[in-house]
Amino acid sequence: MKIKKIYRAISRLFFYITMIAVGFIFLYPLIIMFAESSKDVHDLVNPLVRWLPTHIYTANFTRAWNVLGGFDTLLISSGYMLLVAVCQTVSSAFIGYGFAKFDFKLNKPLFLLMICTFILPDQVTFMPKYLMFKSFGMLKTIMPFLLPALFGQGIKNAIFILIYYQFFRMIPKALDEAAEIDGAGFFRIFAGIHLPLAVPATVVVFIFSFVWHWNESYLADLYFEDAIRTFPLALTKFTEYFQKLYPVEDAGNPLLRMNEGVRMAGTLLCIIPLVILYLFVEPKLVESLDRAGITGE
Amino acid sequence: MEKKRKLSGRKRWVGLFFVSPWLLGFIVFTVYPFFSTIRYSFSRVRFKLAGMETTFVNIRNFTDVLFKDPDFKLALPQYLVQLFLFVPMVVVFSILLSLLLNGRLKGQGFFRAVFFLPVIVISGPVVKNLQTMGAATLRGMGDFPVYRFISGSLPDFLSAPVLYIFDNAILILWYTGVQTLIFLSAMQKTDRSIYEASMVDGASGWQQFWKITIPTIKPFIFLNAIYTIVDVSMSAMNPIIMDIKQAMFDIKKGFGFASAASWIYFFILLLAVLISYLLLGRERR
Repeated sequence: MKIKKIYRAISRLFFYITMIAVGFIFLYPLIIMFAESSKDVHDLVNPLVRWLPTHIYTANFTRAWNVLGGFDTLLISSGYMLLVAVCQTVSSAFIGYGFAKFDFKLNKPLFLLMICTFILPDQVTFMPKYLMFKSFGMLKTIMPFLLPALFGQGIKNAIFILIYYQFFRMIPKALDEAAEIDGAGFFRIFAGIHLPLAVPATVVVFIFSFVWHWNESYLADLYFEDAIRTFPLALTKFTEYFQKLYPVEDAGNPLLRMNEGVRMAGTLLCIIPLVILYLFVEPKLVESLDRAGITGE
Repeated sequence: MEKKRKLSGRKRWVGLFFVSPWLLGFIVFTVYPFFSTIRYSFSRVRFKLAGMETTFVNIRNFTDVLFKDPDFKLALPQYLVQLFLFVPMVVVFSILLSLLLNGRLKGQGFFRAVFFLPVIVISGPVVKNLQTMGAATLRGMGDFPVYRFISGSLPDFLSAPVLYIFDNAILILWYTGVQTLIFLSAMQKTDRSIYEASMVDGASGWQQFWKITIPTIKPFIFLNAIYTIVDVSMSAMNPIIMDIKQAMFDIKKGFGFASAASWIYFFILLLAVLISYLLLGRERR
C-alpha cells in the first residue's frame, strides 16, 4: 500500500516536471522576446546580459508601437476583421444548416466539394481573384476579404461550415418537426431555434475566424496595398516603416538606430493584443470546444 | 401522403436556398479562378493598356519552374523536408501533448491554456521574425551532450532528421494547437470503463496506449495529418508561396509562371495528402 503511494507521488512529480518543461518550451519565444526587447543597445551587445536587462528600458516598446501604427492600426484592423468575422460566422451557420438539415438532390456531392476546398491552396485561385477585385476597384478596401467570407469562401471556411454542420446534425429532427407543426417558417426555425442552440459552435467559429483574419498577411499584403494597415503587415515591413519614422540622419545617436531589441518589441506588440484577448476568451473557448462536438458524437 | 410530399418538396427547395450563398461563392471565387489559373499556367500573360493578353506557350512555364528558376530550386527541397519531417513530427507531438493533457490532475487547465496559446498568436510575420532572430530555437541547444552525441557519432542520414527536430522543436510545438485539441476531445469521448476493464485484465499503460488509445483516435490521426499538411503548406514556413507572390509581379516571370508554380505546389500537396491517406486513412478490416 505504502509503495503504491510512493509510486504515485513519484509519477505525479515526474508528470509535473514534464508539463513545466514542455510549457517552458512553448513560452520560450515569448520569454526571449520580452528579455531582448527590454534591453538597450549596451545590454544587447553585452555578453554577460542574457535574460535580465541591467535596468528597465521601455523605449523599444514605444518606438515599435509607433512604427506599427499604434492605436490607429489596432482599432482599424480590429474593426475590419470583426466585421469580416461576423459575416463569415453568419454565412457559415447558414450554409452549414443547409447541408445538415435538408436532403436536396446534390447535397452529398456539394458537401464533398465543400470539404475538398479545404486542401485547395489560395495560390491556385488568388491570381484571377486579384484581377477580379482590381477590375471592380475593390483593392485597398476590405471587400476582397469580406465578399468571399460572405459567400462561404473565406479563410479556412470549410472548417467553419463543417463545425456548424456537425453541430446542427446533433440537434434532433423532432425539434424541427414540432416547430413546423406549430407553423414556424423555415427561416424562423433556423434563426429562432437552431441558431440560439448553436452558441458553442458560434463562439468557436467566431473566435477562430477573427483571429485567423487578424493574423493574415499573405493576401492582405496583396489586396490592401498599404491602404489598410494591420499589425502583421506592418511587421513584415517593419524596417521600411522604421526608417521612415526615424530617418537615418537623426540616428547619429546609436540609441535611435534599428536593432534587434526594437524588432523583438514589434513582434511582441503584434502578439500582445491577441494574448489579452486569449486571457478573456480562453475559459469560454475551451468550454465551447467541448460542447461543439468537433469530433462528432 | 399528399401533405408529406409537399413538405419534402418544399424542403428540397429550402435546402438549396440555404446552400445557395456557398454555391454562388464557389463558382465565382473558386471554380472560375481555378480554371483561369490552369489557362494562365500554359500561357504567357502580359498586361497591356487594352487589357490582359495571353499567348499559349505549351508547358514552358512548368519546365521553367522546375528546371530553370533558382528560387524554386532552393524552395522545393525545403518544402519537401517540411512535408516529410515537420508534418509527421507535429502529428506525433500533438498525440503526446493530448495524452499529457488528458489526465485529471490539478493545474491541467493552466497547462492547457499555455499549450493552446500559439493557436491564437501564430502568424506568418511573427514566425518569420522568430526564425530570423533565433527566438525559435532553444539557445545553447548545441551544447547539450545528447545533441553533440547525435551530431558527432551518428551517420548523416540518421542524424540530420533528429537534429532537424531538435532545431525546430519550438515551431513543431507551436504548430500542434488545433491537432492537440482534436485528439484531446476524441480521447475524452472514449468510455473510461474500457480502460478500467483492461486494467482489471492486467494491461499495462503501454499496452493500453497501443491497443485502446491509438485505435480510437486513428481516424483523427488521418484528419490531423491532412490539417497539418495544409496548415504548414499555407504558412510562412513554406518558401514556395512567397516565391509565387514575387513571381506574379516579376516582369520576366509573370502570372503564367506563377500559376504553373502554384499548380506544381498544389500537386505536391495532393501527393502528400494521398500518401497520408494510404498510410492512415484506409478503412480498417
